[in-house]
Amino acid sequence: MKMNRRLLIIPALAAGLQAAAAGDLTGTVTLSGTAPENKVNQALADNPQCGPLHNGPVKLEFYKVGPNKELGDVVVIIKNISAKSTGESAAPVVLDQKGCEYVPYVTAAQTGQKIVIKTSDPVLHNVHIDPNPDGPNAGKAKNVAQAPGGADVTVSFAAPEDFLRIKCDVHPWMFSYVTVVDHPYFAVTGLDGKYKIANVPPGKYQVEAVHRKANAKAPLVKEIEVKADGATLDFTIEVPK
Amino acid sequence: MTRPINNNWLTRFAFATAIATLVLIGVGGLVTSKGVGMSVPDWPTTYGYNMFLFPISKWVGGIFWEHSHRLMASAVGLLTTILAIWLWVKEPRRWMRWLGVAAFFGVVLQGVLGGLRVVWLKDEIGIFHAALAQMFFVLLCAITLFSSRWWRNMLVMRKPQIDGAGLRGALLLTTALIFGQLLLGATMRHQHAGLSIPDFPLAYHKVWPALDANSIAAYNAQRVETAGENPITAFQIVLQLAHRFVALVIFCLVIFCARATRRNLGADHPLSKLSLAWVGLVLVQVALGAVTIWSNKAADVATAHVVTGALTLANGALLTIISFRVLIPARATVPAASEPTSSTFSPGKPAASSAK
Repeated sequence: MKMNRRLLIIPALAAGLQAAAAGDLTGTVTLSGTAPENKVNQALADNPQCGPLHNGPVKLEFYKVGPNKELGDVVVIIKNISAKSTGESAAPVVLDQKGCEYVPYVTAAQTGQKIVIKTSDPVLHNVHIDPNPDGPNAGKAKNVAQAPGGADVTVSFAAPEDFLRIKCDVHPWMFSYVTVVDHPYFAVTGLDGKYKIANVPPGKYQVEAVHRKANAKAPLVKEIEVKADGATLDFTIEVPK
Repeated sequence: MTRPINNNWLTRFAFATAIATLVLIGVGGLVTSKGVGMSVPDWPTTYGYNMFLFPISKWVGGIFWEHSHRLMASAVGLLTTILAIWLWVKEPRRWMRWLGVAAFFGVVLQGVLGGLRVVWLKDEIGIFHAALAQMFFVLLCAITLFSSRWWRNMLVMRKPQIDGAGLRGALLLTTALIFGQLLLGATMRHQHAGLSIPDFPLAYHKVWPALDANSIAAYNAQRVETAGENPITAFQIVLQLAHRFVALVIFCLVIFCARATRRNLGADHPLSKLSLAWVGLVLVQVALGAVTIWSNKAADVATAHVVTGALTLANGALLTIISFRVLIPARATVPAASEPTSSTFSPGKPAASSAK
């Protein structure tokens, strides 16, 4: 029995050592080419319930581009890593409905990870979970009401899927996208175009960067070797001409 | 039980039901154009309420349109039920009574399809829902026509004429093509991808746009879809191109039918007048199609396009039905061309006529 306990300790130690040796993969994603101008969300402004929730015009920000062309809302995923989802024990991803907008607009979650959709709005919404009807998460489609102050809607997905849409049909300009990944090694770029994937085990990897509008069907893939002290990998996504 | 041959009130009621159905098609069109079909997630209740007791204060955003559509549909269902009972009780012609029954089951099926589209979250059902709406509208228009005094007296006022120009076939073909065109349109609309081609009369500044994967990616990258529409595909672009091409064919066929009708039957013939109205409707419809694109699919314009499409289909269907009543196929007159026997919708008595 004592022997068995020792045998169990060995892989735990190995995992601990690996984590200790793991590095962060960081980088910046920039945009090349000309993206269409983000338009003012006139439907929101004109809506008698939602318009007053904002002080000024709100834009549909499909391309969040910084002053030096840093690109936000890019999902960066390590593709060929041998790791399993830790979604069931991970902290939930939270989507909020605020000012008749989904916040954040693009996010990512692991398979099995809870996605909690809450509302901070004083207006009635419906939460329409709208996975690819031909994809593996099709059975998770649902559409439920969410009154002001109503209970959170919680959902999780068993299979990976890119840019799974969650929307409100009462206010059809409200939509959000969640990319579902079957391991924890991914990140979404912020407004500064930067991302950080923490604790990546050393090794050579293929890393993909995908933006919903610019290259959803043709993700940009690069190779990188991550060492114990981490690695840096930048991407430049080109707007197709 | 007395079954009067003429019942003007029945005709008026059938007409009112048809008009209510056209309004319902318009409201349904607005629901799809605004992308709010799923804004009420439950059915047959509305946010847990009995549909008819849903508080007006909650009719906000897309709920207003979807809930109005449901209430309007309930009203049309009630009108259709009354019409079917009225026909069953008062209508002397057995086939007309069964048309009323068909209308009743049609409206029930349509309501169930609409509900299932909501609770099953299936876009495809929306296509059948839209197609059945058009067929149901045509059925009500036909019932109105058949119940009218004008229809009953038509052969008394005007003897059947020989269809030397093949007008019956041309009208039937054109009407069938219009229905096919409406199916194409419904398929485009219920894929919820917005405008797959944003310019007109060209397509992405070309006569035939590039459809390779890179080009499709570029089109999607430049689109600003304000209601979370799905990315467009090459298939959807081809679908819109087909819709444009079929529109051109329909336009030519309607002009041909109108000219042939006028030439063969004279300007004062009911078919000639109705054909002229058909030309007007098709012209309006083509213009609305163009404005739908130029306005980036503005909901009111796109809906007007749907409603005019329904009117164009109904006009074609009525033209075809009337033509089968007042025109006799040329082959039916052989060998005695001067003594035609009967038209398809004639009461069965031989009706002499002469070709014009």
